[in-house]
Amino acid sequence: MPGKLKARIVAGRHLPVMDRASDLTDAFVEVKFGNTTFKTDVCPKSLNPQWNSEWFKFEVDDEDLQDEPLQVTVLDHDTYSANDAIGKVYIDIDPLLCSEAASVISGWFPIYDTIHGIRGEINVLVKVELFNDLNRFRQSSCGVKFFCTTSIPRCYRAAMVHGFVEELVVNEDPEYQWIDRIRTPRASNEARQRLISLMSGELQRKIGLKVLEMGGNAVVGYLQCFDLEGESGLVVRAIGTACTLDKLSSGSAPNTNTHMPVFGEDLLSSSGPPTPFRALPTSSSSPPPFSPSKPCSRQSSSSDTDLSLTPKTVTIISKNPLVKSLCTVSDTAVFFYLQEFPFFTLTSFPPGFLVHVGGVVSARSVKLLDRIHNPDEPETRDAWWEEIRQEIKSHAKALGCHAVVGYSESTSICEEVCILSASGTAAILNPRYMLQLGLEADGRWCVLFSRFEEPSPPSCGFCHIPYDELNMPFPAQLTYCYHCRRQKVPDVLFTTIDLPPEAAVTGKGCLIQARLCRLKKKAQGEVNATAISNLLPFMEYELHTQLMNKLKLRSMNALFGLHIQISVGENMLLGLASATGVYLTALPAPGGIQIAGKTPGDLSNEQHILTIQKRINDTIAKNKELYQINPPELTEEVVGSPIPDPRQRSRLFRSHSESSDEVSELDLSHGKKDAFVLEIDDTDAVEDIHSLLTDAPTPTGFYSCNTEVMPGIYNWTSGVQMFTSVRVLRLSNANLTNQGLNKIFTDLCENLLKSFYFKLRSMIPCCLCRLNFTVAVPEEELIQVAVTAVAMTFDKDQTQEKPAEKAITKGLSVSSLDRSSPLPEGRSRSLRSNRSFAGGSVTVVKMTPLSFLPGTRIIKYLGIINMFFIRETSSLREEGGVSGFLHSFIAEVFAMVRAHVAALGGNAVVSYSMKECVFMENPNKNQAQCLINVSGDAVICVRETDQEPIPSMTNIGQTCTSGTDGAT
Amino acid sequence: MAVELDVFVGNTTIMDEEVYQLWLDGYTVNDAVKVRMEGGVMEECEASADVLLSDTMDQYRTFQMCERLLHSPAKLANQLLFQIPPNRQAILIERYYAFDDAFVREVLGKKLSKGTKKDLDDIGAKTGVTLKSCRRQFDNFKRVFKVVEELKGPLVENIRQHFLLSDKLARDYAAIVFFANNRFETGKRKLQYLTFQDFAFCAGQLINNWTVGAVDNMVEDMDVDLDKEFLQELKELKILITDKDLLDQHKSLVCTALRGKTKAFNEMEANFKNLSRGLINIAAKLTNTKDVRDFFIDLVEKFIEPCRSDRWTAADMKLYLTHYTNSAHILDTFKHQVVWDRYMGVIKSCIFKMYHD
Repeated sequence: MPGKLKARIVAGRHLPVMDRASDLTDAFVEVKFGNTTFKTDVCPKSLNPQWNSEWFKFEVDDEDLQDEPLQVTVLDHDTYSANDAIGKVYIDIDPLLCSEAASVISGWFPIYDTIHGIRGEINVLVKVELFNDLNRFRQSSCGVKFFCTTSIPRCYRAAMVHGFVEELVVNEDPEYQWIDRIRTPRASNEARQRLISLMSGELQRKIGLKVLEMGGNAVVGYLQCFDLEGESGLVVRAIGTACTLDKLSSGSAPNTNTHMPVFGEDLLSSSGPPTPFRALPTSSSSPPPFSPSKPCSRQSSSSDTDLSLTPKTVTIISKNPLVKSLCTVSDTAVFFYLQEFPFFTLTSFPPGFLVHVGGVVSARSVKLLDRIHNPDEPETRDAWWEEIRQEIKSHAKALGCHAVVGYSESTSICEEVCILSASGTAAILNPRYMLQLGLEADGRWCVLFSRFEEPSPPSCGFCHIPYDELNMPFPAQLTYCYHCRRQKVPDVLFTTIDLPPEAAVTGKGCLIQARLCRLKKKAQGEVNATAISNLLPFMEYELHTQLMNKLKLRSMNALFGLHIQISVGENMLLGLASATGVYLTALPAPGGIQIAGKTPGDLSNEQHILTIQKRINDTIAKNKELYQINPPELTEEVVGSPIPDPRQRSRLFRSHSESSDEVSELDLSHGKKDAFVLEIDDTDAVEDIHSLLTDAPTPTGFYSCNTEVMPGIYNWTSGVQMFTSVRVLRLSNANLTNQGLNKIFTDLCENLLKSFYFKLRSMIPCCLCRLNFTVAVPEEELIQVAVTAVAMTFDKDQTQEKPAEKAITKGLSVSSLDRSSPLPEGRSRSLRSNRSFAGGSVTVVKMTPLSFLPGTRIIKYLGIINMFFIRETSSLREEGGVSGFLHSFIAEVFAMVRAHVAALGGNAVVSYSMKECVFMENPNKNQAQCLINVSGDAVICVRETDQEPIPSMTNIGQTCTSGTDGAT
Repeated sequence: MAVELDVFVGNTTIMDEEVYQLWLDGYTVNDAVKVRMEGGVMEECEASADVLLSDTMDQYRTFQMCERLLHSPAKLANQLLFQIPPNRQAILIERYYAFDDAFVREVLGKKLSKGTKKDLDDIGAKTGVTLKSCRRQFDNFKRVFKVVEELKGPLVENIRQHFLLSDKLARDYAAIVFFANNRFETGKRKLQYLTFQDFAFCAGQLINNWTVGAVDNMVEDMDVDLDKEFLQELKELKILITDKDLLDQHKSLVCTALRGKTKAFNEMEANFKNLSRGLINIAAKLTNTKDVRDFFIDLVEKFIEPCRSDRWTAADMKLYLTHYTNSAHILDTFKHQVVWDRYMGVIKSCIFKMYHD
């Protein structure tokens, strides 16, 4: 009995009228944890009751503390009939179990009812007293910190990254149990909410156990998903990256002078980190006592795939720990070293961590769902995922890589068919970082070396190909790196990660989307699954082609944050690929797009082709201007094609001479680079080209990307607006063609973006970051797109020139840097607005899908927010139709997230995401139901300038990071 | 192809002030879109009509969801559903409680009852205010009326605290409540030239000087009901017109003071007794509720109209009333100086305000 949970009910306010006669309510509260229930007194005839209850004490196992939520039910007392429930609050105790997170939960929570929505608020106080339990066989994993953030959380440093953790739990869905036929919708919804809350608690506990076994203390990039498999059950699964994190206290913040050089050395010497090396060699010689493959009692239902997470071959690293050059790591030893834990859910890494990036690897598999007979043995689902991960691993290997970063998994379910997808970016990691990942106190990855010297090789290193030039896994045009001129780089690079901080980029980036619809015949079972499997490769190919064309049209050469979603419906498949395109300075300039006709003789056709070609060329030119892509033309031509080193100089010389011969040769090379010659041979191709050109450019003053931040924008100001938008389109025309559908789908996405730009026009200049589109086919003729993103303002004057350039022109003393930087001004503006917001009685809670809030420092992580809500109505029209219903539900979800964060003492949610939004309607019955799952990290952040000695440090960090960019 | 569902929800609630105004003015979504298109907002951000429609619908929904909270503005500050910065909250409330002068002029002094509410469509047609907007404004009046009815303390302060309104708007509401409570007649043709602001000013004068609250500030309805004792005392002023000597004395004092100072002197002298009778009779009758209702019409008929027909200027009016009031103090046998000042102070400022075309 290692824990005591204490709860106190203080007061309620704005309660609904439950007694029509008196227009008042006789409210009391039930507080339930596990099987224990306490009740407060009835507070008669009040809509703002004051209970001021005693402390209700629950003596429980810490295992239960992790699994169960505290359940607070507000009821209306009725002398003669049954008491009416007003609503409930579920409070996740988890943040209180970690000493570094919150110590008390106290605040106003919205009282939520699945039928009526929010009905007033209740003030609750919760505390936990944990007793130390040294039992090694324990089932709880209290104290393991969870982060949704997909980078090392700011204000921590990673002493060690242990690798991939995964787990899944299954259960029957209460909605499909026999009892559901006789219970009320409310009871059914509440059973579901409770079950999912329990399951995610259990899942988190189990993952925590694995982390403890690996010797870690935290999970970063924690991604939890639900699969609502209907009849066959409910699966909750999660993946993450196990780490050992050290808290950086603000007092010990490194100071500029001493730390800069030291940091660089830290990276090189694996000795002397605060958490020393963790006896890795021992673990290799004798397996740890609680290896996940030999689980103890209650863990039987856990899902251990044989991707054993304990680094077995780790000894190799100690034999070969000092690989000196960052660029030339191609040792096979490194490959072996990482082979055993190849997946990282992180998307952002310290500079130099990624030695090479190979490209995107993805795997999909179509499965037929069957009933999960024994929830304690979720082996089928495990096997499915294992299969996929193996495939991903082999893809990565084919690219000459030993690790997959930016890894994520997802599903799409329609009836009994399920598409499992996984994707990531194949990469070679720097082995040194596996021992010690350093992070600056201000939470930014700092390039602390040689800020005024020549840019160091690593800034282009990750672009260099990891695979063997002579034995390429796919056809690619290789050239010498435009940055270092030493290594080969591909002509384009696709990745799922954020742009590495050291990467040199020309101009700005932009959101690039490929959208695709494919009709399929309605079918059942195997036939259906086969049909889908057969369609998938074509869809992937077409999405890829679209991406490539759009990338070239914008004159860019790399994609970051690529996310391809394929969603299955009864009679169609939807594919949506989103990414942020950029021009990587190290990669060659993309060739144009050339249109070629099938029948050269046809004059009118030729004319047509010429006009299209002209339009395309014009668009490319316009885009170059729009995104400020002005690479040094001369050098581009010089190393435009793969040529051996010695000839480079002479080529350079010759191109100056401008002989007519040379020009034609250059043209040829240009043509060769141009891997994408579009042939107009049928209507399909015409459509493709048409759709290529109809993507509306972002209006002036706006930028958009789906990565954390926009490459090329550095000076964020404090304006932040997170939003969620959902649109459902009903296809009225039954006999649509693929082309027709594509157009509809494309327009849907484009119109959504246009709407965002319009709504957020008051924030100009502004950038939409982390634009996350989710598509679904909820019913036969419906297409649903849900978007969550954040709009952030930035300082317009500074977008033209990077801060570093400005700093250089203004001289380099720290103090002048401070003053010339636009950041302090922007931040002081945030100070004022924050203060005035705080004037209200409700804490302002900012939310963002990014891992940070501009102009602020995160000083404390309070715990993970993972909430699941169901809302149902049988009076749809009265609630303003489907839009009114969903609008208020989303607003309610935001409100509940904010209230929980505020109760933990926080003022912001970072890495927020809406992972599920399942909407079902039956307008004829006037009914609708919606399920929403959201997650994020609750944090306390302060304005950057509030910390005494740090601000100058921050600016320097920023300047340094961009310094390498600026110098290119 | 039809958009089945379309929502946009921001963590900080996004509200466009222009759309809010259109919503308050009772425009339908489609009409609002038309107005916005004509306003040129489309060029501003390369938007299309669809985008505008979607945005307008979103905003209208938000406002509808907020409306419940706006009915008790204090709730807006501590509700959790919408995250709205305080300065925005203030704008929302202020705008929601703002009203059209043309509309309020029509219902001023009327009973805020269901009967009046039924006539709103006529009022709407007459004033050009949409029925929806009329209803909102009427319901606002009624809501404020109901809340302050049961409160002690100063009226303006109560309104400001309960509805978080600006001082100006709170004063206007106080006037509306005051007029509704005392059912002052304002609709007669002869009163048509007076604006709401004229009446609001007069209401302020009456509230500050003639109500119970002017002498005692902790009674219920103190600022809404006129001070009965004072009204009773007003009867004593009759002596100024019933006592022949006093009347003549008063006249000669006033005329002496005015002689040579105005072109309208002859008319003033000729009309003195008539005008004085008019004002004193109004004072003496105020104990009757019916006559209280006719207060403004009486002022116009018995005083303003005669002066106007004699072509007094505003300056003349000021001069005359100043001397008329002051001269009474010199009358030896006139003992009701305090009541006289309390009465004439208000009458003077009301007439100054009301004396225009």
